[in-house]
Amino acid sequence: MSDKVKFGRSKVFFDPFERRPGPIKKNMHYCPGCGHGILHKLIAEAVGESGIQDKTIIISPVGCSVFVYYYFNMGSISVPHGRAPAVATGASRANPENFVISYQGDGDLAAIGFNEFIQAANRGEKISVFFVNNSNYGMTGGQMAPTTLPGQITTTSPYGRNPETDGFPTKVCEIINQLEAPVYIERVALTSTANILKAKKAVAKAIENLRERKGFSLVEVLSPCPINLKMSADQVNKFIDEKMTQFFPLGCIRDRSAATPAGNLPPAIIRDPEAVKSMLLPGVSENSGAADASKFEIFQKERRVKICGFGGQGVLSLGLNLANMGRLSKLNVSWMPSYGPEQRGGAASCAVIVSSGAISSPMVDRDCDLLVAMTQTGLNKFRHVLGKNGILVYDRSAMKPPVVEATQKVFGLDALAIANSVGNPKCANSAIIGALSKILRENGFSEAEEQAFDAAYQDAITENFAAKPAVLKQNLEAFAAGKKAALA
Amino acid sequence: MKYNHRLLLKGNEAAVYGALLAGCDCYFGYPITPASEIAQAAALLFPKLNRTFVQAESEIGAINMVIGASSVGHRCMTASSGLGISLKQEGVSYLAGYEIPAVILDITRGGPGLGNIGPEQADYFQVVKGGGHGSYCNFVFTPNSVQEMCDMTVEAFRISEKYRMTAYVMADGVIGQMMESVELPEPATDVYDPEWKLGRYVDGKANIITSLYMEHDDLEAHNEKLQRKYREVEAKEQSCETYRTDDAELVIVAYGICSRIGRGAVDQLRAEGIKAGLLRPRLVWPFPVDALRKIVSDGNAKALMSLEMSAGQMIEDIKLAVECKLPVFLCNRMGGNVPGGDEVCAAAKKIMKELSK
Repeated sequence: MSDKVKFGRSKVFFDPFERRPGPIKKNMHYCPGCGHGILHKLIAEAVGESGIQDKTIIISPVGCSVFVYYYFNMGSISVPHGRAPAVATGASRANPENFVISYQGDGDLAAIGFNEFIQAANRGEKISVFFVNNSNYGMTGGQMAPTTLPGQITTTSPYGRNPETDGFPTKVCEIINQLEAPVYIERVALTSTANILKAKKAVAKAIENLRERKGFSLVEVLSPCPINLKMSADQVNKFIDEKMTQFFPLGCIRDRSAATPAGNLPPAIIRDPEAVKSMLLPGVSENSGAADASKFEIFQKERRVKICGFGGQGVLSLGLNLANMGRLSKLNVSWMPSYGPEQRGGAASCAVIVSSGAISSPMVDRDCDLLVAMTQTGLNKFRHVLGKNGILVYDRSAMKPPVVEATQKVFGLDALAIANSVGNPKCANSAIIGALSKILRENGFSEAEEQAFDAAYQDAITENFAAKPAVLKQNLEAFAAGKKAALA
Repeated sequence: MKYNHRLLLKGNEAAVYGALLAGCDCYFGYPITPASEIAQAAALLFPKLNRTFVQAESEIGAINMVIGASSVGHRCMTASSGLGISLKQEGVSYLAGYEIPAVILDITRGGPGLGNIGPEQADYFQVVKGGGHGSYCNFVFTPNSVQEMCDMTVEAFRISEKYRMTAYVMADGVIGQMMESVELPEPATDVYDPEWKLGRYVDGKANIITSLYMEHDDLEAHNEKLQRKYREVEAKEQSCETYRTDDAELVIVAYGICSRIGRGAVDQLRAEGIKAGLLRPRLVWPFPVDALRKIVSDGNAKALMSLEMSAGQMIEDIKLAVECKLPVFLCNRMGGNVPGGDEVCAAAKKIMKELSK
């Protein structure tokens, strides 16, 4: 759709403006003397000349330019106040073939949306931002803006902007110039033919950078607002040239356009189902030994396990190992940690439930079949959850033999010592699971169930440490040693 | 090559797998406990499939990135917890006005204010009742297992696109944090290319998306259209699960983790001779009004009990549904405490005792 327009209306504009409601279709809605129309024209011409109209999305902000989509025949969305650079980020990242323009005023960009703006600039989003600075809030009737000059009277600074309470004008280009990522930053004005020609060049450069996906470009445009500033066209141009430029000097602040290579499109999204699966799912192991335990008598009801101790003892990973063994044995499992600040150094606990049927609540606050206590504090906190016929396994190095009720059973194990004997204190988990194999065999497991338990452990630990054969070996040794110790 | 679809995952992680398998292209989010694993899993997995992960500067940034990505016709999502959802509400209101799809995961925690990171269900009002300005509704799925975190995220994308509405998956911190074995579905193979997306021209005119209707009559017509859509959804998309409600005299109504505790309590109460049942909304908007009214018209129920981890938010919808034809009681915990099965049973017994007086 590239066309060079010297006279008449750019083909990037609708002609007439049929999306504008009401009878007037030939003109824009802006007030007499307003700069928006000029900037619209410069953008339309630049987009037309660069040939990117059909892939350009222009974002309509909140402010006088909220109706940008009445005029440009380009994809357009009117967005929440100040959020245009975030919306632009989403549109441009989701479809990098799009060329996204964020068109914003000074309240939208420099006040309510400054965070979205500066963050998009800092990320170096491949978008171009056109920032209209007319020193006031035009659409709502001329209130104070972040860009209002000291002493300037507006409807919300009726005594003049007071720098002591309202601060000084926000110099957007200079702030953005502190960031590493932006490619191009320039401030222009729409006050004279000469200035408008400079603005045209700046707009064209920002559009060219967009077309070449070079990165973030910002053009700040000092723009007349004669109606709200209560000035004639001449007066307002004089105000901009003489007063505004004292705070907002014109000119190029940064131009790395030539030195920045054109950006490439990212690789295509992977959608092929087989490729998706290969990236997300583990391959099925050929020599898996875990049995289908869902038919085992023992798992026809929920088997409830609580593990408690101190953060760093492997409480949570012991639970995870058991849960993974259940998963690999085709059982339903749940694993529920105590979570929060306490998990970083204080008490830790988790609950594991294994069942062939559906699991009701993942909490284990009663009728616990197996309680593994690795600290005295943990045992004190949770011993009441142990069921009438429950089994308590405790770390012998951490506490004295606990007294349990006659129907309950208790087993001690020096798990840490076993782990140290295989050369890795982190293998205490495996020692405990090894001991559990024997303890459960003596308390209800059939021989087949014991074998299935051991095979499931082997599969789970192999899956976990597939990439670390030395650690895998240590764990298997700790498991065997734990099983042996439980026999003693 | 064969792949193992059966994984042990946290609820938060399962939702990310669900999103990717549903064809989600972009994730935008800001970390927050107890939802952070969602951002972490998305940061790990989305780039593997050349999809987009952006850690947004804020919750506001994230929801507006969703607006941007959705507007150009890509499946996208964000996730947060109560505080962050409060910040996103402006964007959610715009999404409703635009009529474009979006999926939001809310892993709820304790409030008000900073509250704590324990599980509460006190986001019900702000999510189910719209939350932002304007008259609008969102789909709200309420998973009660890790499997459903995955499956309902998939469903959320489908239904969100079908009706061009926001779909929330709202789960308490327990469901988000717990791990369970999950059977992952096959990857989606459909082509998502909505006709309304930006960048498409119809009869030479570029598509636009706006929520702005300057003429009062135009905005009223837009609202009437939205309301007709919401009524259609209410008629067609209610979904709930009932457990032992057929002859139940007391029906517990609960979603999320409370529904699993409630189910256990029903069995316990039945064992003690109390005819209890459970109604579990799969979605809390549209609310399962028809199922509740059927319980009323069947005539066995003497009372309903809303089991919630809030000061009593869903109970208002239950009361509206049963139109004062049955008493509705509240059994609740707050502050991150999860009700125990025993206390639910005790509350149920107390209600039945009072009713028999």
